[in-house]
Amino acid sequence: MTPETRAQIEALFERYPQRRGALLPALFLLQAEKGWIDDAGTRELAALFELEPVAVHEVVSFYNMFYSEPQGRHHVYVCTNVPCSLRGARSLLRGLEAYLGVHAGDTTRDGRITLGHEECLGSCGTAPVLRIDGAYHENVDFADARRLVDGLE
Amino acid sequence: MQSEPYVKSYLSEHYGDDAYRTLRGYESKGGFEGLSKALELAPEAVTEMVKASGLRGRGGAGFATGLKWSFMPKQSDRMKVIVANGDESEPGSFKDRMIMERGPLQVLEGILIGAWAMGAKRTYVYVRGEYAEPIRALEAAVEELRAKKYLGKACFGKKGFEHDVVIHSGAGAYICGEETGLLESLEGKKGQPRKKPPFPAQHGAFGLPTTVNNVETFAHVPFILGRGVEWFRERGTEKSPGTTLFGVSGHVERPGLFELPLGTPLREILGLAGGVRGGRRLKGVMPGGLSMPILPPSELDVGMAEELLGPKGSHLGTGGVMVMDETTCMVRVACVTAYFFRDESCGQCTQCREGTGWLHKLCEKIEQGRGSPADLALLDDVPSLMEGQTICAFADAAAWPIQGLLRHFRADFQAHIDEKKCPFSESFEL
Repeated sequence: MTPETRAQIEALFERYPQRRGALLPALFLLQAEKGWIDDAGTRELAALFELEPVAVHEVVSFYNMFYSEPQGRHHVYVCTNVPCSLRGARSLLRGLEAYLGVHAGDTTRDGRITLGHEECLGSCGTAPVLRIDGAYHENVDFADARRLVDGLE
Repeated sequence: MQSEPYVKSYLSEHYGDDAYRTLRGYESKGGFEGLSKALELAPEAVTEMVKASGLRGRGGAGFATGLKWSFMPKQSDRMKVIVANGDESEPGSFKDRMIMERGPLQVLEGILIGAWAMGAKRTYVYVRGEYAEPIRALEAAVEELRAKKYLGKACFGKKGFEHDVVIHSGAGAYICGEETGLLESLEGKKGQPRKKPPFPAQHGAFGLPTTVNNVETFAHVPFILGRGVEWFRERGTEKSPGTTLFGVSGHVERPGLFELPLGTPLREILGLAGGVRGGRRLKGVMPGGLSMPILPPSELDVGMAEELLGPKGSHLGTGGVMVMDETTCMVRVACVTAYFFRDESCGQCTQCREGTGWLHKLCEKIEQGRGSPADLALLDDVPSLMEGQTICAFADAAAWPIQGLLRHFRADFQAHIDEKKCPFSESFEL
């Protein structure tokens, strides 16, 4: 954990009646450093929050947006819940799997892209939706998706 | 996302205008008139007004908002807390996203009115982590309110009215939309729902007296205070007054949001969404998000309010209307549904953790043509063993859609068993 991250995290403490309230925002800050949360980071954060490392780890493993393993440089997620599936999201995901040569949940060999599926993203009226590195791309077809993926370094 | 609904009413009237997200733009359209009125009244009188309006929570359960506010202790030496639930995760629901992104000041004004009524000093707005834009919009609005002293030691220039708002991001877990799961998550823990009692009004966020309301619920409050109870009750039904933003998705020509009075017939909403795509026939509609049982085409005249949907065997939920045309394989719908609930079960209660797994396995087996009549009988049984047996309503939410699909589309399940394959060649891909 860099001193800057630590300082940002400590600045969050006063927002909550108990320090632990700042744990989720702190995990986002820590994860921003290298894209995932490793054991060393977990231990440092646990010490800062006066918790056992396992208490931090169980939080990391509970939430979909925290990663305890290295990730690709980019995340490409396809929502596959019912409203998106009705509008072809699963065909889109299959297409991306074939195009990138990975299964959903895996990372391309060059470490460029982690492909995944997600549950409902609240874009049901503009389905299907991709979430790429946190940004929504709505009403996409496979050609759009391929173009978006090609644009990722 | 659309910048405004296809059909607008009071809530979304100015959503298309970017300036509405700034204090100046918001106030030029009547913003903060509700809070001004509220501050002329005693706190208890504000709660009474919200009670009289009949406003019901828009997060899915439809509980009476004013009544909920009245549960907060009047006197307390502990800080009282408001939690605004913006963890919208119900599949088929996408209204809160627009409300937070296009009308953030409505939500915050409603919160301030609640803070005055309940004597709360702090609000946490818990927004699902994936909603980066709504979080940005709310944070910008909070900054502006702090700068203009609408938030702080003397909110809106009212001495002794102290309040601050923290925007808090979730991290991807459906269960955190459940109010006590949300509270656990806000405390930096796994979002596992709590046993009740104690209820949040006695022991809520960080053990403090807490009221949790959905963000849309708060957005309606300024209109009730500003325009009055009678005006509010002119829309909607006696038991469910006001409008909501119905979200229509799936097989319609024009999916999107429509702000309409509660009680609007489902048929009318489908018509506004352009009807079923490509002139196909309708097969079924889930009227209130994925947790609520599906309705067959014969029920389209039902009004979209809880008291009208209940007798039809479904619920209003979040007003997320999912439309399925004649090509749809309902066993596939069951598979996707059951997978979701299996994936999102927090794992705390056995009936839910195991039951959601069984539901998914059985649906998948039947979809793949490997199902037997005994599997179908088991699929009939499992939901009844989950429903009402757990700490929170998640198990009910997982059981109900499967029960609904079996009730109205049993033939689809039977056909898979008889033909030993999925007979719906044109259905969406699994």
